[in-house]
Amino acid sequence: MRRIVVGAHYGLRDWLAQRVTAAIMALYTLVVGAVLLKNSPFTYTAWKELFAQGWMRVATLLFAASLAWHAWVGVRDILMDYVKPDGLRLALQVFTLLLIAGYVGWAIQILWR
Amino acid sequence: MASASAKKIRPKYLSLPALLFEIRLPVPGWVSILHRISGALLFFPFLAWLLWMLDSSLSSESAFQHMKGYLALPLVKLGALVLVWAYCHHFCAGIRYLLLDLDLGVDLKTARLTSWVVIVAGLALTAIFGARLW
Repeated sequence: MRRIVVGAHYGLRDWLAQRVTAAIMALYTLVVGAVLLKNSPFTYTAWKELFAQGWMRVATLLFAASLAWHAWVGVRDILMDYVKPDGLRLALQVFTLLLIAGYVGWAIQILWR
Repeated sequence: MASASAKKIRPKYLSLPALLFEIRLPVPGWVSILHRISGALLFFPFLAWLLWMLDSSLSSESAFQHMKGYLALPLVKLGALVLVWAYCHHFCAGIRYLLLDLDLGVDLKTARLTSWVVIVAGLALTAIFGARLW
């Protein structure tokens, strides 16, 4: 049986995921931006209290998860466009995934310290 | 007598000066490549920088004050301004792409107009936030 390796719809899934995650991050940006503008002057106590709130922690985690997926699709697109040697591209893609995992881990550590 | 087609040298290879000075990108092309560049910059190094600043500013009162002083350094300010521009441009251009995906503003005239709007809005927001932060 001849298998066709294209057309598995992962392209569509990633395309859609990049847009859905973009919308989530845009919403977070507007909400947190509004909260920050309202909360000025900018003090340590206010800053600490903001990140102590449950909704803020969960929203920021959702932002981080969205960013991880969004950035993976974006960086992979860039690498596919400009890095032609397969080995180098694979190495850079693995490095990108490790960096994303590191970012997410770091974000969780900051949020639930 | 040489014909006109014989004078053409093909294929034409793109040199770096040709890419930089000969090829004139249309405005939507500029929005596109800047969306890519700003996205790449936001992923690395700006995200690492942001997480480091967030980590530091939340760790203690003294670290928070130290971070405020750090952000007042001229070179750090310049870096933060580039970060703000990258975020604002990526945000505005991204919304334009979401609208284009919904078939809104796809005709040439509107697409060129919204491209200018994105470029100007990115710079204007950077100026506003820059002025507000400092």
